[in-house]
Amino acid sequence: MKFLRNQLDTVKHHFEKGGKWEKFFFAYEAFDTFLFSPNTVTDQRGAQIRDAIDLKRLMMTVIIAMVPCLIFGMWNVGHQHFLAVGQAADFGQKIGLGALKTVPIIIVSYGVGLGIEFIFSTIRRHPVNEGYLVTGMLIPLVMPADIPLWQVAVATAFAVIIGKEAFGGTGMNVVNIALTARAFLYFAYPLQISGEVWTFLGSEATTVAGYSGATPLAIAAQSTGNVVTDLNAFGASWGEGLYSFWNMFIGVIPGCIGETSTLMCLIGGFILIATGVGSWKIIVSVFGGAWGMGLLLNALGSSAFSQVPAHYHLVMGGLAFGAVFMATDPVTAAQTETGKWFYGLMIGMFTVLIRVYNPAYPEGIMLAILLMNVFAPMIDYFVVSANKKRRLHRATV
Amino acid sequence: MGKFIRLKKGFTINLAGKATPKIGESEAPDTVAIKPTDFQGLYIPKLVVNEGDSVKAGTVLFHDKKYNQVKFTSPVSGEVATIIRGDKRKLLEVVILADKSIQYESFKKHTVSEIANLSAEEVKTQMLTSGVWVNLIQRPFGTIAEPAGVPKAIHISAFDTAPLAPEYSILFKGQDHFFQTGVDILKKLTTGTVHVNIHTGSELSTVFSQVKGADVNKFSGPHPSGCVGVQIHHIDPINKGDLVWTINPFGVIQLGKLFLQGIYDASKIVALTGSEVKNPHYVKTITGASIKKIVANNIASDNVRFVSGNPLTGTNIGKDGHLGFHDHQICVLPEGNHHEFIGWILPGINKLSFQRAFGLFSFLMPSHEFKVNTNTHGEPRALVQTGIFEQLVPMDILPGHLLKSVLAEDIDEMEALGIYEVIEEDVALCEFADVSKHNVQEILRDGIELIRLS
Repeated sequence: MKFLRNQLDTVKHHFEKGGKWEKFFFAYEAFDTFLFSPNTVTDQRGAQIRDAIDLKRLMMTVIIAMVPCLIFGMWNVGHQHFLAVGQAADFGQKIGLGALKTVPIIIVSYGVGLGIEFIFSTIRRHPVNEGYLVTGMLIPLVMPADIPLWQVAVATAFAVIIGKEAFGGTGMNVVNIALTARAFLYFAYPLQISGEVWTFLGSEATTVAGYSGATPLAIAAQSTGNVVTDLNAFGASWGEGLYSFWNMFIGVIPGCIGETSTLMCLIGGFILIATGVGSWKIIVSVFGGAWGMGLLLNALGSSAFSQVPAHYHLVMGGLAFGAVFMATDPVTAAQTETGKWFYGLMIGMFTVLIRVYNPAYPEGIMLAILLMNVFAPMIDYFVVSANKKRRLHRATV
Repeated sequence: MGKFIRLKKGFTINLAGKATPKIGESEAPDTVAIKPTDFQGLYIPKLVVNEGDSVKAGTVLFHDKKYNQVKFTSPVSGEVATIIRGDKRKLLEVVILADKSIQYESFKKHTVSEIANLSAEEVKTQMLTSGVWVNLIQRPFGTIAEPAGVPKAIHISAFDTAPLAPEYSILFKGQDHFFQTGVDILKKLTTGTVHVNIHTGSELSTVFSQVKGADVNKFSGPHPSGCVGVQIHHIDPINKGDLVWTINPFGVIQLGKLFLQGIYDASKIVALTGSEVKNPHYVKTITGASIKKIVANNIASDNVRFVSGNPLTGTNIGKDGHLGFHDHQICVLPEGNHHEFIGWILPGINKLSFQRAFGLFSFLMPSHEFKVNTNTHGEPRALVQTGIFEQLVPMDILPGHLLKSVLAEDIDEMEALGIYEVIEEDVALCEFADVSKHNVQEILRDGIELIRLS
């Protein structure tokens, strides 16, 4: 360690003011502080001691919380493929195939995103913020396994430049960056991201009879009778119990890499809540809003989709992943504690509304979160105004 | 009547090196200094002494150029040794070489019954000329009280919840009579009430709980329940246009002594604390004393920082520095000027954090005393995390939004969000816990000054 430190110290002066690579100071700083906590001390006046936490720790905690989703997602990619082609395979083969498909997407996402971050930090002369460590992992998890890598690169570049850097970088963005990337693909290349053949990888093998890659939400949207019966019937043709409630809860279903398993998302959510990194208010209220809206539609709705049992909404599609990892992004969520309840509730409710009443988009969580990202400052505005009014009222009594 | 207020928000920082409850012996300091920088709102200090002049305890050293009657007096008798100036000849310190035994300027003595008949004007004049006045702090802004002001209430916080804070029952033991007299005098200066705020958990000190003629309010809860700003918010909040004064019990006792004994007595007890002190204890010394003799032979290592005040709001004064005017505490903390390999991810139970992302298992050892150094533990970053500041300020205030309004220099917004109710110490915990490592206290002061001077 001493050697590494000495090496860093030897080259440091080149990056400092007046050095020959002065321009790249923040790039150097990012590496230096990544390897070693800085030796800076507190100011002469003010707080003489500081909390041990920093942004790197905070972001790393989120990544740790995503690991269960990632591992399970890799396995599920392999599992779904072998299920589709009707071959038996062991755990190693499944996760191996999954990794083969997933790792390149992760590499592209981090490579392109961090590359842009470093370029911007050099041009704009600001430190490299750690926010992208999380975004870079979120993007692969909301992609289907067979997405072309160039699309991942284009979407990442779009999201980081237009979604974040155009607004001033980390902490200033209005909408969630990972969802911006997905929304970009959703509207620019709908064929690859809303297709129904996500799970069948490659063309050398043939599929089993009756195979279709349709996701539960796609089936529900097309259903004319009882959605639950349709879901069960769909699975029965080639994978027994494929779309049963518990199967969807555990996540052994087709879908994007990281979002299929409600269970793994809940484990991640537990980590976020236990460490205080994610707002439990948002997570709980998204689930609550979706469930409440589901119940309401059960009572009032007439279409087949509106009669889906409310608890099915919680395990279908990406609701759990969105609630735990996307809605809790502190920068784009409501920033007041009261606002967070409202923000989460609205996301949950809009998700189910979009699912049920918008035939063009089977999944609603992405659009619901993006919509509420835009409205979050307005929610805060009302909460802050209430605080101001209390103070004013007190003064004039 | 007094109120009982239970506070839940906040965080008590449990540091190693608390002072043992005994008052140790220490030689009288060689030098004593008064630092104009200790006083918020001091416009320009106008010196009235020169190097080499001899002074007594209570002799005027300088006064405020804007408010001529606000005098700053010498805590000891002796000779003005050096006058230290900084850039643009800004007055930084007036250092006095202290006599072995203190000679006092004599002010008018009163009996208790005479005090009852004094008018507010007479009281003010004696307070101002003796130098006791500058103990009074006014809210909003946290500056020295303006002599012409009439506050709607005067608040005295009779306990300190800051990390390593001294026990007031030790600092002010046996001063009941002076404290009572001080409170009687303060009552003349306000149209409202004098509030004495005590903590339910601390050792009951009769000095404060038995005081007559004032409302005794009880508080419970973690830091910053001891900050007077937080107490005011729950007893009788400051609205726009209100004027409230606060004073430390030390100032009240000094005021009592001034009228009963006719002297400006600046002797005080301070706590010598911190993980780097071999034998932390209380010491009898004097306002503005050099800490050299106090800390001599009692420091465990070389790479340390000497802080006057508590670790959240204090000032680094160096090993030969002088105690701050308002401080009752010296902290000796290890310097954190070293790198740590991947220190941001290493798990550890010896690192202090308010946030569970670091201190996830801290609930397993609730009474663990942490040894915290002065490292910033991270670099300045954009504001990302939300909801943490709100957990640390037990007031109906949105500290995050208030700070942003200050950064935007939006005066209307600052007012609406309650900047009149807070000063630095009330938000010091936010600065401690901030993930993005902002100088929260400095930002708030910038905002306060922007309003005060506009």
